[in-house]
Amino acid sequence: MSTPMTAAPKRPVLYGALILCALLTLLPFAWGVSGSLRGLDEIRSDPGSLLPHHPTLGNFTRLFETRGFGRFAVNSVVVAAMVVAGNIVAASAAGYALAKLDFAGRRLAFGTVMAALMVPFTAVFVTQFVITVDLGLADTLAGIALPGAALPMSVFIMRQYALSVPDELLEAARIDGAGEFRIFFGIFLPLAGPAVATITIMSFLTSWNNFIWPLIVAQSMSTYTLPVGLAATSQAAAHVTDYGLLLAGAIVVMLPVLVLFLCLQRYFVQGIAGTGMR
Amino acid sequence: MTTTLAPPPRKTAVLPDAAPRTSSRTRRSVVAWLFLAPFTLLFLLYTAIPAVAALGFSLTDLRGADLRTPLAVNFTGLDNYVRLFQDDSFLRDIGNTALFVAVGVPLTMGIGFALALALDSGIQRLRGAFRTVFFAPVVTNVVASALIWQYAFHPNGTVNQALSMVGLAGPNWLDDPDLAMPVVVLLGVWRNFGTAMVLFLAGLQAIPRDVYEAAALDGAGRWRQLRHITLPLLLPTTLMVSVLLTVFYLQVFDEPYLLTDGGPLGSTESVALYTYHQFGAGQFGMSSAASFVMLVLVGVVSVVQFRLLRSRT
Repeated sequence: MSTPMTAAPKRPVLYGALILCALLTLLPFAWGVSGSLRGLDEIRSDPGSLLPHHPTLGNFTRLFETRGFGRFAVNSVVVAAMVVAGNIVAASAAGYALAKLDFAGRRLAFGTVMAALMVPFTAVFVTQFVITVDLGLADTLAGIALPGAALPMSVFIMRQYALSVPDELLEAARIDGAGEFRIFFGIFLPLAGPAVATITIMSFLTSWNNFIWPLIVAQSMSTYTLPVGLAATSQAAAHVTDYGLLLAGAIVVMLPVLVLFLCLQRYFVQGIAGTGMR
Repeated sequence: MTTTLAPPPRKTAVLPDAAPRTSSRTRRSVVAWLFLAPFTLLFLLYTAIPAVAALGFSLTDLRGADLRTPLAVNFTGLDNYVRLFQDDSFLRDIGNTALFVAVGVPLTMGIGFALALALDSGIQRLRGAFRTVFFAPVVTNVVASALIWQYAFHPNGTVNQALSMVGLAGPNWLDDPDLAMPVVVLLGVWRNFGTAMVLFLAGLQAIPRDVYEAAALDGAGRWRQLRHITLPLLLPTTLMVSVLLTVFYLQVFDEPYLLTDGGPLGSTESVALYTYHQFGAGQFGMSSAASFVMLVLVGVVSVVQFRLLRSRT
């Protein structure tokens, strides 16, 4: 009858249910933001209300000025940079070889990558730690980054992508007498942009959110990454239940990835849908 | 190889080329393994050697203090495994982990499937926004999420304030041996249903639309279409998601470690957390034995479920 009626969504029940689910999913984020804006008094007197009465950014300044979060953030960025660089180099080369080169041991190599995807972290971390100590890398950022520097997931992503690159292109270069390394750097890599982007994002996500391994390797505040620093702050503050400070820390830890996710959603979803893991 | 117009150059040269060819294959293999070297090196160092060594360590009484004096370590055979399966807390932790899998997997899959179905039902408006929202927990840091959970389930936290508004006295969730586990599972489900949703969505979109159109022409309603078309055709996806989540939840560590550290009274300690606690106590041999049990468990579950996947499709 009237135009506003037609503008309304056609399936109110479905939309109603979806909106309700969306609100439930977002509720923890709302709690986090709201709690992070409360001073200590308000956290103690009224921790549960949804909106803060006297919002303040004091928790955030305290994190960076007295709790070393600036250092943790730098460490997280350095570790992530090492992990991403390692994954791009190692996975591009390995994925390309698995998909495009015919060689002795190829099936064994691919089987190894698939098996590596399944090995639980729990089964290897004790020895990983012993090796890290033996290499003199305990309590260093390199020691934190190294085990994640060639993720089987990244190799798998690059191999799947390389399969879609036509053989003719590489074959033509071979007939022209180009060496294998020139073909890889000059022809394949310039075409592999989308896979490199997915690998960059997935390995960044893995590194940034990694918790248990940095927790084991980092033994002093100078090597804590953000999640480890946050967990340590949480343990240190447990008796005062300084939740405003901790939730501000939670926001600082989660925000960079969430912003990146909002900008580059396609790659995140592809990366996880393509491999089924993080 | 590619063209029918020009004669393929290779074919004519098969015989004379035979000898140089083998050597060129060797050369190609060397080049290929050079490409694979960085990955292989790190794989050997941080996955293959540790997996084998874990088996070795599990047969010794290696302790944290022995790292500098490896000669003091004794071979103890299967002692660690015997102790492991006589340890009530390890058996309890296997039960806890099984519970996490038995409740977490169906719950995560159910929510993920329902949302995927809703987003694939032909709605246009806000579809991308919904997908973004439902996927956001997947990329959210677990330490941060766990802190928010602790805050919300605090005795005076948001959840209990909401309960008090409807006249209910909320419990101390994370300090109650019966209630801590559900809260831990809930965090796991919240963090993972987005992954299930995205995988189901990909599976749903791979089903050709004309199958539905044909069924609709034959008079099949939405419900029958779901039962007789969607569910059977989605079976490979469903099995894949269930394998992934089972393997993932079997290894659950972050959620119980951060929320309760396995407590109260060990009611939320998982096998992975047991391994970590043994490691933290310096009992590297015991820790390795527990982690080897985990490796076998994950391997068996993967193989069984993949067999199932193959036989059903």
